[in-house]
Amino acid sequence: MSEASPAKAYSLHLGVIALLFVLSFVLPDYYHGLLARIMVLAVFAMGYNMLFGYVGLLSLGHAMFFGAGLYGAGLAIIQLGWSVPLAFLGGIACGAVLALVIGLLALRTTGVAFMIVTMMFAQVCYLLILYFAAWTGGDQGQVVPQPARVLNLGATSLDLTNPTVRYMSALVLFSLVLLVTLAVVRSRYGRVLVAIRENEERTKMLGYDTFSNKLIAVVVSGTVCAASGAAYALLFGYVGSSFASVQYSILPLLWVLLGGAATTLGPLIGTVFMYYVIDVTSGYTSAYLLIVGIALIVLVLFFPKGILGSIRQRWLGWLP
Amino acid sequence: MTPLLTTKGLSRHFGGLRAVDSVDFTLMPGEIRAVIGPNGAGKTTFVGLVSGRIQPSSGAIVFDGADITGQPAYVRVRQGIAYTFQITSVFANLSAYDNVALPVQRTLSDGRSKGAVKAGVMMALERTGLADRAHMPAGQLSYGHQRLLEVAMGLALKPRLLILDEPTQGLADSEIDNFIVLVRDIARSATVLLIEHNMPVVMQLADRISVFNAGKILAEGTPEAIRENAAVQEAYLGTAP
Repeated sequence: MSEASPAKAYSLHLGVIALLFVLSFVLPDYYHGLLARIMVLAVFAMGYNMLFGYVGLLSLGHAMFFGAGLYGAGLAIIQLGWSVPLAFLGGIACGAVLALVIGLLALRTTGVAFMIVTMMFAQVCYLLILYFAAWTGGDQGQVVPQPARVLNLGATSLDLTNPTVRYMSALVLFSLVLLVTLAVVRSRYGRVLVAIRENEERTKMLGYDTFSNKLIAVVVSGTVCAASGAAYALLFGYVGSSFASVQYSILPLLWVLLGGAATTLGPLIGTVFMYYVIDVTSGYTSAYLLIVGIALIVLVLFFPKGILGSIRQRWLGWLP
Repeated sequence: MTPLLTTKGLSRHFGGLRAVDSVDFTLMPGEIRAVIGPNGAGKTTFVGLVSGRIQPSSGAIVFDGADITGQPAYVRVRQGIAYTFQITSVFANLSAYDNVALPVQRTLSDGRSKGAVKAGVMMALERTGLADRAHMPAGQLSYGHQRLLEVAMGLALKPRLLILDEPTQGLADSEIDNFIVLVRDIARSATVLLIEHNMPVVMQLADRISVFNAGKILAEGTPEAIRENAAVQEAYLGTAP
């Protein structure tokens, strides 16, 4: 697993990044914008996969980390007038601190209790957003004003509302997180995380402080999800409470399950798949959710490990 | 010489059951000590208390001069108490290599070099005769090899005290012979605490034997003395009519 074919794994991932880069110049406008959005949300899914896929902790509250990044970055601009890079870092910091606090509390539980506790904390965050409507805009949400979404780099300035700049910014964030994920899962720390997933009791008896290792994983996962939320606020200019709702805690779980839990590229594939199935089917019928549901059931029945997980199991054992 | 491990009045009650009942136990460094006794005598609970998997109801555990009673299991492992499970619990989906790499990478003081992990893993696998199966998933190894992998993981922790909980259970006779050689080899660098039902293995390996019955130590001594002990015979065979 960790000793085999590093060159193959890295060239595959660099190939995927290159493909996404080329697609920017090929895709028609509509799909160009959609793919930029998908890349940002795939970062969310990758953050979720870090905890769910590799450590085996099923959280039903990751919308709070996405929301922390979204509101952290968005409100920093709207309410405090921060610049884009500062707001982005502020959003990430909000997610990291929230993940640390939630991790300390929620990791006292496991299994079903962990799912419920994370879900409840996420609901608390969601309701806080509605309660402080004067600041957050409540259920209406707020638009991040277009003039504020400009990244000043010395003499040049990048307008994040420009489609190409937006696509490339999303691609940079996506590539960074993808390569970091790959490095982490191939590292010794990644091996410990998988060991905790497989048998936590045994891992303790090898001298590992499993609580600390899990806490680090929650913080890393929460921080990555917050980076996705912060990027979403800055690139798409809308900060709304629906992004902190239960739906956005379930979606990353679905994307990861579809693409393949504990695979590095699964989250991207799952996110792309869901978006394109919805996109294609909604063109034919208003009952598109029915078709999405059937597609999900078929996948779970015949590919329980997700698209990439099944490919790894049957043909390509070296996939990270 | 100071003992490596002592317990004083160590007890663990499960409800009304005194699984381990006020046990005073001393283990000298370098020893191979066998713990025997009928089913339910409290042997596994006792080593569970020593390794930290189970918290004691009362009593104290001293390892190498320091009181470790309140320490969590992972800290005890770091201080040199390694435990191999009675029920095989290797990481079935990981390769044999990765199973052993987990303890090796943690014990390395030089945390960087990739070569050191590989060397440590292969050494533990070679000592247990598993080197040519390094890249098989542990779950696909035969039962006997999984037991050996457990021992390899214990070895890789570089323990000062290695606790083996019924290691020969389910092994074929030929495998048991190899196992005896392996334990003798391990005992040159570590103290071994061995729970075992197979009496020929116990008689060949143990320097001393502790006999547990109903949560207490019934007798302690050399293999010859235990063989002749009337109380031990009674506990195993029942009283004569």
